[in-house]
Amino acid sequence: MKYFPLLWAALWRKKARTIFTLLSILVAFLLFGMLQGVNSAFNQAVEKANVNRLITTSSIALTENLPYADMAQIEALPGVANVAHASWFGPYYQDPKNFIFTFPVEPDRYFLVYPELILPKDQLEAFEHTRTGAVIGADLARKYGWKIGDRVPLHSTIWTKPDGTSDWNFDVVGIYQVPSDRAQESAFFFNYKYFDEGRSFGKGTVGWYIIQVKDPTQSAQVAATVDKLFANSTDETKTETEKEFQQAFLKQIGDINMIVTYILFAVFFALLFATGSTMMQSVRERVPELAVLKTLGFSDTAMLTLVLCESTLLCLLAAALGLLIAWALFPGLKDVIGVVKLPAPVIVEGIVVALLLAFVTGIVPAWRAKRLDIVEALRG
Amino acid sequence: MSAIVSLHNVVKTYTRGKQTVEVLHNLSIEIAQGDFVALMGPSGSGKTTLLNLIGGLDRPSRGEVNVAGERIDQLSSGQLAKWRARHVGFVFQFYNLMPMLSAERNVELPLLLTNLSGTQRKQNVLAALTVVGLADRAKHKPAELSGGQAQRVAIARALVADPTLLVCDEPTGDLDRTTADEILHLLQMLNKDHGKTIVMVTHDPKAAEYASHQLHLDKGQLVEGSVHA
Repeated sequence: MKYFPLLWAALWRKKARTIFTLLSILVAFLLFGMLQGVNSAFNQAVEKANVNRLITTSSIALTENLPYADMAQIEALPGVANVAHASWFGPYYQDPKNFIFTFPVEPDRYFLVYPELILPKDQLEAFEHTRTGAVIGADLARKYGWKIGDRVPLHSTIWTKPDGTSDWNFDVVGIYQVPSDRAQESAFFFNYKYFDEGRSFGKGTVGWYIIQVKDPTQSAQVAATVDKLFANSTDETKTETEKEFQQAFLKQIGDINMIVTYILFAVFFALLFATGSTMMQSVRERVPELAVLKTLGFSDTAMLTLVLCESTLLCLLAAALGLLIAWALFPGLKDVIGVVKLPAPVIVEGIVVALLLAFVTGIVPAWRAKRLDIVEALRG
Repeated sequence: MSAIVSLHNVVKTYTRGKQTVEVLHNLSIEIAQGDFVALMGPSGSGKTTLLNLIGGLDRPSRGEVNVAGERIDQLSSGQLAKWRARHVGFVFQFYNLMPMLSAERNVELPLLLTNLSGTQRKQNVLAALTVVGLADRAKHKPAELSGGQAQRVAIARALVADPTLLVCDEPTGDLDRTTADEILHLLQMLNKDHGKTIVMVTHDPKAAEYASHQLHLDKGQLVEGSVHA
């Protein structure tokens, strides 16, 4: 700590240059925080996927529906414990920017295969017995101030009614929680019966099936049996584990991991030169001052350490600010990725990257300071 | 008095391109503890080279350099750095203060290498600044000080770790006559009242008069014996 004033003063010797360098590192780490945060959030969602569950979709496309009648056949297969289904409703509330993840489901079946969704028994019963009933996540309820008893109108971007309108009214009868993962508390579920009777097309179909298997080690076998059952039918299926399904879903957006890696690689490669050049210039300008420090008794190792500490201070300070801003902005992406906080591993990763950047950009000037010949340097 | 600086048959050569230049030729001198020696001579005579050898900033090509009881020509780079921190205070012609640090932070620099606490360092810094008459300028940065004041800060920095020896390279070369005299009075006071051994390189005969001895160098050799002022 006693060297801090010396390091701090050296850092601010050329204020404008330091500010610009700080800003470039800050922006890079802000980008790092946001992109890695999104990437990490997606990966976390995949990792959290339940090993007991399989997802069956149409083999043609995720948007193709499957017959409701398939459910009974799937249920009868060996190794299958329970079956539920869901469909994509695609609505918004009042304004298109208020998009809500909404799914028509059969309450008893759905909450059976998703035991992590905690819903009080009386609310589940109310859900089953209320045609227009809806159960919403606690976070969604908080966001719009909805409570049990409220009537909520949603406008579907897909499903029209026979009268040509797309506005659907729901009565909130329950609020579910997911203590293990608060990010899942933003969905809206309503009765499939209400949906199927009310829609003008696609009646008697569902979006996908969720199969709970009796033994996770038999998942592959059950998946193969399901797909074999519907092979050569008009509605062939594709069954995969929940994890594979989520990975495939993300792949539709693009290989996020690769995109993020390439962008960050380009950013940090450019940053390496910017920061490296700042450090080199800073040391070059201070050769006589560094020589004086050596004259006073600072050893070669002390000089190496001082310059490395200086680049570490610069990189860590800017990275910390960048990550702090990313941390503050990240909750704004909640509606898009469903994660409320910048994952802690991203912050740790950011700090490690900052330390690496500091070392790589600082080592050459630090080595130069270490090898500085006092007599030559003082002579100018 | 015993010799605090003792050089025997010292040769120093520099290689510039393909040329090797011998700057000091078999030089032998002794400086007693508590002495104030002025090293004089024309440009290129080897004064600064000799001062660098005495201060442990450079090594001889041949010969022995004993300073403060240590054969410093045989010390490793790390040992030499430690030795300098313990035994030598440097004063340069252009002060060589850190421009971004205040006077007190500049003076504190040598103490960062010691195990003194922050409070002790502060006390010592204040004491050194008081000795040079600049306690009231402690918070000022070098750019806010006059040349004479900056050199006083540099002297305080040289003194603060209580070194055995003060090595001054043209300490008044950048100052007007009056300020130069003030600085030389200060050095004389440090020598007489505080017992500091001082070796000073100067071109200025008037500055040399403040020393108790003068050594004249020419073409890398001692051309004149000690002269008492």
